[in-house]
Amino acid sequence: MIEATGLHFKIGSRNIVENVHFSAKPGEMLAVIGPNGAGKTTLLKLISKQLRAESGEIQINGKNLADLTLEDLAKFRAVLPQSNYLNINLTVFEIALMGRYPHFKSKPNESDLEITSEALREMGMYGFKDRLIHQLSGGEQQRVQLARILAQIYQNPNGILLMDEPINGLDLQYQQIILDKARKLAKQGLTVMCILHDINLAAQYADQILVLKQGKRIAMGSPEEVLSEDLIFSTYHTRVKKISDQQLGYPIIVPIT
Amino acid sequence: MILRNKRFSIISLLLFLLCSCILSICVGAIEIPLKNLVKILGNQLFNLQADSYPKQQEAVLLAIRAPRVLLGALIGATLSMAGCAVQGMFRNPLAEPGLIGVSSGASLFAVTFIVLGNTVFHTVTLVFGYYALSIAAFTGAFLTTWLLYRFAVTRGRVDISSLLLMGIAINALAIALTGLLTYVATDEQLRNITFWSLGSLGGANWKTLTVMLPFALACMIGLLPMGKALNAIALGEAQAEHLGINIKRVNKYIVVFAALGVGASVAMAGVIGFLALLVPHLLRISVSADHKFLLPASGLFGAGLLVLADLIARTVAIPAELPIGILTAFMGVPMFIMIILRSRKERRFL
Repeated sequence: MIEATGLHFKIGSRNIVENVHFSAKPGEMLAVIGPNGAGKTTLLKLISKQLRAESGEIQINGKNLADLTLEDLAKFRAVLPQSNYLNINLTVFEIALMGRYPHFKSKPNESDLEITSEALREMGMYGFKDRLIHQLSGGEQQRVQLARILAQIYQNPNGILLMDEPINGLDLQYQQIILDKARKLAKQGLTVMCILHDINLAAQYADQILVLKQGKRIAMGSPEEVLSEDLIFSTYHTRVKKISDQQLGYPIIVPIT
Repeated sequence: MILRNKRFSIISLLLFLLCSCILSICVGAIEIPLKNLVKILGNQLFNLQADSYPKQQEAVLLAIRAPRVLLGALIGATLSMAGCAVQGMFRNPLAEPGLIGVSSGASLFAVTFIVLGNTVFHTVTLVFGYYALSIAAFTGAFLTTWLLYRFAVTRGRVDISSLLLMGIAINALAIALTGLLTYVATDEQLRNITFWSLGSLGGANWKTLTVMLPFALACMIGLLPMGKALNAIALGEAQAEHLGINIKRVNKYIVVFAALGVGASVAMAGVIGFLALLVPHLLRISVSADHKFLLPASGLFGAGLLVLADLIARTVAIPAELPIGILTAFMGVPMFIMIILRSRKERRFL
């Protein structure tokens, strides 16, 4: 559960995040969308405690974020980074095992190793466990990263998953694999918050969509409610057509010229 | 498979260290045959009363070779582990204490202390005695590392170009100030200063060894548990924080312990360049970048390598001795160039 109220953050005199409030519930996937420079990444950094909000309050599972240490947070809150290429001489298993770092001191115990294997299996990367990470493609690497994140909050009913554009630069198949896994985790009871660039992917996977523009909250609600042609025009200055398809169950947004 | 590979490497490195130590003890201006070495050690350690070797060999072994080999191993291990930790902290293999000016900072303070020691710092000398020089060098190493960190790291991102440029500046400043100090130095101080610039284990005796030991142990024991944190940092500083690693605390900790080791090494043996670059990076690319392995392995490999380098330094031109820094530079510079060429290809480090 994430509850944020009255969040403000500025750099110099420029407001990056302005009076933003939202809540993300367990069992739901919240997508944050908005144009470049809307403050999406900054908002996620406030939630992940990388940045400190100037005012406002963030509650994580009912506790004030300011009272939680990095060590406390790491036990139940995982952050999937943007896909960037890892060039380290470590094996896939060693990378995934890092997800268990918050749970052991210097030596992993049996259950840490078991959970790591299981997380790799769930991401279909167990067969690669002894391969070196820099020998994998970007999409495979991101699956390993997700396995690491999975291991970190494995079967934790209070788990929180934050993702900052996790599918940037990945092809269609890997986009679907990563986001499909994120939604399944939400269905298992995790709180998932995900920044997405692609409105259609947000419509396809999210239960709730938060729209930001110039640091302000423009709208929040289900994809069907939020994604209107007018709202998208006023946010992105682009004319679009919204196609609602009964079979798909989610709207499709197509730019028109 | 991977685990066995690492264990195998550690055992090989242990054997390598042991062999270099034995070789270095036995070979020199006065040869000590292996069987005599065993007898002398038997006598010394277990009081076996074996008595069929020249007394001169025993004297050389105990008074000269043993402390020198032990000091070499200790300094090699300390420098390499400190190098490994600093490279990991800056996430760059070029961040070697020598290149980025940490050793120069230490030597600058040490030289200043030698020259001005009696007049300006005599209370410091009174309080710390033999440790005073090490403490001066540590202060220099610490201040430089801290300065580098303040300048080269902005919002968690390491700017490797400013790191290396700062290193050039600090090295140049250290050379200039050392040069300046040579004008006010006495002859004996002058000889000490020359010895500093390229490094030598020639000053080794049991006294220097006992001074080095606490610093080296503190550095090694302090850095050894950082494997997990350094692994996480390899993913990126933000990712490490998300894994519950307190980056600021870890970095402070590494700066203090690495400076402690580098400072004491410089105080005992001068600036020994490139060892700390060569050793961890060679192991990183050939075996594994897992710092839980890399830290102890660097220690073993660095110790063995420096002992061997010292053997060459003192035997290649008997009776003269080469400064050991010349040999480590010969070994390290090709590696340095290789890293630059690779990074040009990958556009990652610069």
